[in-house]
This record gives sequence, C-alpha cells and structure tokens, in this order.
Amino acid sequence: MATFASNPLYARRRRVDVVSKVLAYAATAFGLGWLVLILGILVVNGIGGLTLDVFTHDTPPPGSAGGLLNAIVGSLLMTVLAVAIGTPVGVLAGTYMAEYGRHDKLASVVRFINDILLSAPSIVIGLFVYQIMVAPIGHFSGYAGAVSLAVLVIPVVVRTTEDMLMLVPDTMREAAASIGLPRAHMIVRIAYRAARAGIVTGVLLAVARVSGETAPLLFTALNNQFFSVNMNAPMPSLPVVIFQFALSPYEEWQQLAWTGALIITVTVLALSILARSLTARK
Amino acid sequence: MSEVALNDPAMRTDDGASRAAVLKRLRVTDNVFRLLTRNAALFVLVILSGVILALVIGALPALQKFGISFVFTEVWNPVTEEFGALAPIYGTLVTSAIAMIIAVPVGIMVAFFLTELCAKWLRRPIAIAIELLAGIPSIIYGIWGLFVFAPFLQKHVQPFLIDTFENVPGLSSLFEGPPYGIGMLTAGLILAIMVLPFITAISRDVFDAVPPVLKEAAYGLGCTRWEVFRHVILPYTRVGVIGGVMLGLGRALGETMAVTFVIGNAHKISASILQPGTTISAAIANEFTEAVSDLYTSSLTALGLILFVITFIVLAAARYMLSRIQKRAG
Repeated sequence: MATFASNPLYARRRRVDVVSKVLAYAATAFGLGWLVLILGILVVNGIGGLTLDVFTHDTPPPGSAGGLLNAIVGSLLMTVLAVAIGTPVGVLAGTYMAEYGRHDKLASVVRFINDILLSAPSIVIGLFVYQIMVAPIGHFSGYAGAVSLAVLVIPVVVRTTEDMLMLVPDTMREAAASIGLPRAHMIVRIAYRAARAGIVTGVLLAVARVSGETAPLLFTALNNQFFSVNMNAPMPSLPVVIFQFALSPYEEWQQLAWTGALIITVTVLALSILARSLTARK
Repeated sequence: MSEVALNDPAMRTDDGASRAAVLKRLRVTDNVFRLLTRNAALFVLVILSGVILALVIGALPALQKFGISFVFTEVWNPVTEEFGALAPIYGTLVTSAIAMIIAVPVGIMVAFFLTELCAKWLRRPIAIAIELLAGIPSIIYGIWGLFVFAPFLQKHVQPFLIDTFENVPGLSSLFEGPPYGIGMLTAGLILAIMVLPFITAISRDVFDAVPPVLKEAAYGLGCTRWEVFRHVILPYTRVGVIGGVMLGLGRALGETMAVTFVIGNAHKISASILQPGTTISAAIANEFTEAVSDLYTSSLTALGLILFVITFIVLAAARYMLSRIQKRAG
C-alpha cells in the first residue's frame, strides 16, 4: 500500500475521486434542500390562515377577512370539465398509437408533436384559447379556462395511455384474436382492463398538472371576486387568486395567498403520490 | 377479469338475428372504434396547427406594422404604441442561461450520485423527492421567490456580489447597481431550481441504461468511480444528457409564473443581472389583460409566437436526441 500511496499519480486520482464524491453529495443535498425549504416555508406561512373560514367564505374585498370558497369551486369546476374533455380524446389518441399505429407514419408524427405539446409553454396555450374563444365570443369565461386546461390534459393522457398499453403483453392480444374477438372488443375488454391502473395514473397526473396552472387561466377565465357557477362568465380560480393576492399590498390578501398556495401544493403532491402508488403496486 | 369477454352483449346472437347480421354489426363497431381513435390522434396534430395558426393570425397586425425590426427594437411604449421585442427576448435568454449554468452541472452530479454512489435502498426515496420538486406548481415558486428568496438575496447575497466584483474588470458591470432583490439573477436562480429535477430525472434514466459490462470492464482496469463516470458513462450517454438538458431549457424558456413574480417587469436591457428586466412570458402574463389597443394585444401575441417558435425548436431538438439514444438502447 505504501508504494501506491506514495505514487503521485495515484494520489492525484484518489483526490479527484474524493472531490467528485463530495460534490455529488453536495449537489444532492442542494436539490433536496430546496424541497425542504420551500415546503417548510409554505407550511409555516400557510398554516396560520388555514381555518374553516377559508372553505366557507368567498374572497374578501381589500382590508377585510374572508376565504377562498369561490376560487376553490371555480378551480374544481374548470378542472373537472377539462378532464372530462381531455381524457376521452387523450385515451383514444393513445389507443391509436399503441394498438393500431405501432408502425405507421401518423403515429410517430403524433408522438413527436404530443411530446412537444407536453412541454410547450402553458402561457402560449392561453393565448391560443384567447384567440379562438375569448376574442370571437367577446368575453372571458369559465368554458375558455376549461378548454385551455383541457389542451394541457390531452398530451399527458396520450403519453401515459400509450406507454401503459405498450406494457400489456401481446400474448393477451393474440389470445383474444384467436377466439375471434374483433379488435375493438379486444382493446376495450382486454387491453384497457389490463392497463386500467396506468391509465387512471395518467389522468391523476394530468389533474395534478392542471390544478396548479395559472398562466393559461389569466386571460381565458380571468377572475371573479364573487361566487359563481356560471361557466359562461369570468370565473375565479385558486392559482389566479393567489397571483392577484400575493402581489397586493394588503396583509389579509397575502395571508390568503399563502394559505391558497398551501392548499394547492398539498393537493398536487397528494395526487402525484397517489398516482405513483397506483402503478407501483404492479 | 371476472367477466368473460365473450359474454359481451354484442357477441350474443339474439333469437331473431342471423349470424351474418351479428358479424356485420361487429365489423361496423370495429371500424367506428378504429376511426374514432385515429381521429383523436389526428386531433393532437390539429391542436398544434391551431396553436401556430392562431398565434400567427393574432400577431399579424404587429408584424405588418413593425416588420422584422420588431425583434431588434428595445422600445416598449404602450402610450405611443411603439413595441419591440428585444428586451423580453434578451431577458428570456439571460434568465434561462443563468438557470442552465447552475442546473446542468448540479443535475448531472445528482444523477451521478443516484446511479453510482447512493445506497440502493435510498435511491427510490431520493428520486421521488427530486421528482416532487418538479411537481410543485410554478406559482408556488413565484410566491416563495417574492416573499422569501428575493429578500434573502437582497440582504445577504447581492451586496456581497456587488462588493466582490466591484473592481474586477469585465465582471463589475455584470453585478452593478443597487440590490433590488428582484431581477434577472433572482429569476434565473429560481428557474435553476425548477429545471433541476428534469435534468436529473433524464440523466439518471440514460445513466441507468449504460450496459453494466462497460462499467465493470472499466472498474476491472482499476478506474475510480469518477473516472468510470467521466470516461465511460458520460461519453456513452452524451446525446441523451444533451437531450435532457435541452428539455430543461425548453421548460426554462417558457416558464411564466415563477418568473413573473420576481423579474420586475421592466422593458429594458441592463448589463447588470441584478437589475429588473422582463421575459417574454412575464410580459404577456403581466400586460395581456391590460392591453387596451389592438396593436398592443397583437404585439403581445407576437411575443407569444416568438416564444413558441424558440421553444418548439429547442424541444424538437431535445426529442430528436432522446429518440436517438432510445434507439441505441434498443
């Protein structure tokens, strides 16, 4: 050993190795540190305002107490509608790519475009829906907000549906074909059933993705300080209210923004952990 | 699977119906379903073309008025209706560059830790924690950045940077001016935290795909872990890592809410990264609902079009590279 340790080249290689290891540990601590820091500060600042009033009162005018009821209801309505629009389209498109178009040109083009839509800036989607819905109709609406969220849901669902259907063993498909089952019936009765948990995971991930989205709602659903379930009118949402309240000078509003931020984060993290555990069981 | 597929009502011959009629019905539903899925797939293409078309139509008035100089003009004056995209484009590129300078080495080192150094039982929890970081909505980063991170930088980091680089030629102008807290550096740092998980996740996946034989051969020659990583794993996965970095870059370029909170929304180009600026997405988010004139709205839409074109190119390049490495992995 003594001869190795005294060899300058060997000593240098060992030093580099140790330094790289320290850097790798430090980088990981750095990454995890932010998670702890952000979640910690969110809990500390948000939990103080987390009372029953938040869920039973509407957003207040400046300088008075209130809650986030109208924003929460608005977010729920638009998310539900977005998922209702986006899921069937996404599942069917994913089905085409995994079941019918494994080797054709269309499927590979769609896959490429879908992957781009998956990471496209969401604010651009907002501009798009503004152009096709808000500007022609003449006013902001909950429907426009829901459509812009649906555009964000579709690529997530397409991707997971395709991935999950690809995991279904082909022997199952062949067995179904061998007893004379038409292809559509094979897909619905056999493939969907085998991939069900994965497809549900995709929908949950999509919900997690859109429930924190702010940018596309800013100029589609806009905002509304009153309680409203009319989706043909401007509609409040939790993220947009957080945006507005956080940038305001009023202390009550800022507190509500922190509380709203805590609610969204807990929801999103719970959804993604639930989605993960659904597929992890397999 | 309790229910047998053949018990499906569509499969049973009713008393009156002939076998031929049942088969015909099956063929029809089969075709209808296939067309349905095909149209849904086509719909994805329709969305993308719709986005491009809507942006081009919306941006047309501004592009006709200002022409190509729109991209090279710094002035942004809603009162005199003069608009130029140079400041937002500059801000977008600078904040993303700051983000990548930090996130790329850190992200790759975390992936190195996860694949080569970390104990097996600890890998999954750490990977999940890093992925949770990616799941936190961007508005949370924004509110955190505005109330916690920016004041911290203003008090403790920025004065230090200003003092340290005051007399360093070349770097002094980069860290000049009063410490505002908000500004390009703050936005870039928050973007770095946000794209870190993407780079880590993809790098880890491609590192994991390196055939163990290659690594074992290098270890057998007496290489240290770092040497294996640096001279075997990294060269083997280079294309994939670059793809992951581009994917992260695509995110950073288009990120809106986190940046809007901390960028300061100033349509000017400053040499100092401590000064407020703006990015394309922040300008749109801040001003779109307040834009009263058609030309103002159109100019903001033109900004959106520029952003979409830039991110499209970056993301397409990322996907191309990732698909290349996937093909090689089989």
